[in-house]
Amino acid sequence: MAIWLNKDSKVIVQGMTGATGMKHTKLMLGDGTNVVGGVNPRKAGQTVDFDGTEVPVFGTVKEAIEATGANVSVIFVPEKFTKDAVVEAIDAEIPLAVVITEGIAVHDTAAFWAYAGKKGNKTRIIGPNCPGIITPGQSNVGIIPGDITKPGRIGLVSKSGTLTYQMMYELRDIGFTTAVGIGGDPIIGTTHIDALAAFQDDPETDLIVMIGEIGGDAEERAAAFIKENVTKPVVGYVAGFTAPEGKTMGHAGAIVSGSSGTAQAKKEALEAAGVKVGKTPTETAKLAREILSA
Amino acid sequence: MDLFEYQARDLFAKHDVPVLAGEVIDTPEAAREITERLGGKSVVKAQVKVGGRGKAGGVKLAATPDEAVARATDILGMDIKGHTVHKVMIAETAPEILEEYYVSFLLDRANRTFLSIASVEGGMEIEEVAATRPEAVAKIAIDAIDGVDEAKAREIVEAAKFPAEVADKVANVLVKLWDTFIKSDALLVEVNPLAKVASGEVIALDGKVSLDDNAEFRHDWDELHDKAAANPLEAAAKEKGLNYVKLDGEVGIIGNGAGLVMSTLDVVAYAGEKHGGVKPANFLDIGGGASAQVMANGLEIILGDPDVKSVFVNVFGGITACDEVANGIVQALKLLEDRGEKVEKPLVVRLDGNNAELGRKILTDANHPLVQRVDTMDGAADKAAELAAAK
Repeated sequence: MAIWLNKDSKVIVQGMTGATGMKHTKLMLGDGTNVVGGVNPRKAGQTVDFDGTEVPVFGTVKEAIEATGANVSVIFVPEKFTKDAVVEAIDAEIPLAVVITEGIAVHDTAAFWAYAGKKGNKTRIIGPNCPGIITPGQSNVGIIPGDITKPGRIGLVSKSGTLTYQMMYELRDIGFTTAVGIGGDPIIGTTHIDALAAFQDDPETDLIVMIGEIGGDAEERAAAFIKENVTKPVVGYVAGFTAPEGKTMGHAGAIVSGSSGTAQAKKEALEAAGVKVGKTPTETAKLAREILSA
Repeated sequence: MDLFEYQARDLFAKHDVPVLAGEVIDTPEAAREITERLGGKSVVKAQVKVGGRGKAGGVKLAATPDEAVARATDILGMDIKGHTVHKVMIAETAPEILEEYYVSFLLDRANRTFLSIASVEGGMEIEEVAATRPEAVAKIAIDAIDGVDEAKAREIVEAAKFPAEVADKVANVLVKLWDTFIKSDALLVEVNPLAKVASGEVIALDGKVSLDDNAEFRHDWDELHDKAAANPLEAAAKEKGLNYVKLDGEVGIIGNGAGLVMSTLDVVAYAGEKHGGVKPANFLDIGGGASAQVMANGLEIILGDPDVKSVFVNVFGGITACDEVANGIVQALKLLEDRGEKVEKPLVVRLDGNNAELGRKILTDANHPLVQRVDTMDGAADKAAELAAAK
């Protein structure tokens, strides 16, 4: 088992024919992902050859679903057009939309999130500004390197891409059920809490690693959720203890405003919920290893 | 991007939020003509992006044009909480103020939507009011698609218990302010105080606006950027398209990915505790690709920072394999030397992830006298801190 993504997932790529879309579609196919189509209204009817795999291009998400039975869309569309792409995915009621694009205006994200709600939340949105989701050995949707870890017992949810990779790599001998990068924007679709709940219910996940960073209060809310609902061991890491107040640290959402959003407050909230929090990524991996070998 | 008060005033005016007349100047003499035009008296207001300027002496009344010049002379160049005053606004004097209110629209991250905050107790920091008299602060969620129409504005007015005689006027201001918020891609528009004056009108006397940098592609914000305040290293980095923040330590940091770089800063700060308290000198995320060109640009910025004593390059090879990154580092150093830059500061490089072995071998073979390889993040941070402390 795994969460949200498995070997049966049929994936379409919105923005497949752009440079980033082409590069990562090729990599996803290489990792065994079942990519069944691309979407680009100007190239509908064409096919794209990826090392011998012919992938058809459809005019709309709806047509792609009708023709292929796709249930996952990964979005590489440039930031100016991302809102429209996500709205199209929501209208087509695709169960999972993974928004990789970085630099989306937050008013656009707020609008497509509100739109998803009005349409009954039939589409789970991961991202934006995220690395995607991987169920090692089964399917890889997004830009996570597919060969740095293997299938295993750990579930991972993280705001940061590279810290996700770092953790997957440090714990590659134990391996992962699913790793989800939820993104570092101020508004995101899938949250830490959504992933924690799903991993709690996944019988193959024995431990959850949760990576957070400065900004907002998602980690504090996740801590409250863990206290009430999660019985599996959770190991945490928070980045940004040394970040100055009022400065955006790379991710649009990574900012300490006044006294809110600090790494210290997040760490304390997680620890109060019984989460072991590592001081460095390496120490966090060590904590996970200790719990699983106990 | 946070705006100055005068920029917020201009933006409000553009969207028909009632404001007083005001013009910004950067030389004292210009205050005379504006004050004459305003009827012979004015308020001279320091333009700084920090609260508490009134208490610091940054807001003064001027009863004559001469006095306006004198007050502008006093205030220009003044230091307010570490912010130098480069500009003052010469504003129309407010009519007699009867009451002060607070209204704002902002991003509500937790609820993934927008929020309106309103209070009839304006004039002070809203956080203070919320802490001492939470019942005086109304918070109303705003649907990102439905927005604020007259009915929604009424709901806010009622929730915050605005007096009946200003209800229509405040509701009208709220609709205009929402228009400002949406059309400007703002993260925050705040009016504090929204004043009820003797004539019965309500006027935005002071305001704060913060805009979403990610939305700049659909706006013309060139004029709004505060070039004077930007740190020269930050400005140079921005020109090269680098994601850089200057900090006050000694260990220069380059890494890939915002989360990993933030984490690197923390790990260096911990390591520094054992080495005389050295700290990270900057945040620099060179992103996923990490080509030689980008690495060279990053190194150039970091090495150009006189505070930097050592450099820590912390890269995790994901899609981009470590051998490419290692080649990038070697080429970057050569590129800098070819440009005539003298590289004299020691570099500690940690490579991990895809093709790490190959990447490390490339660095070993290149045998650059200033480059040291340490293969764990914690170990490399310790080495970089030690080298910075030894300088």
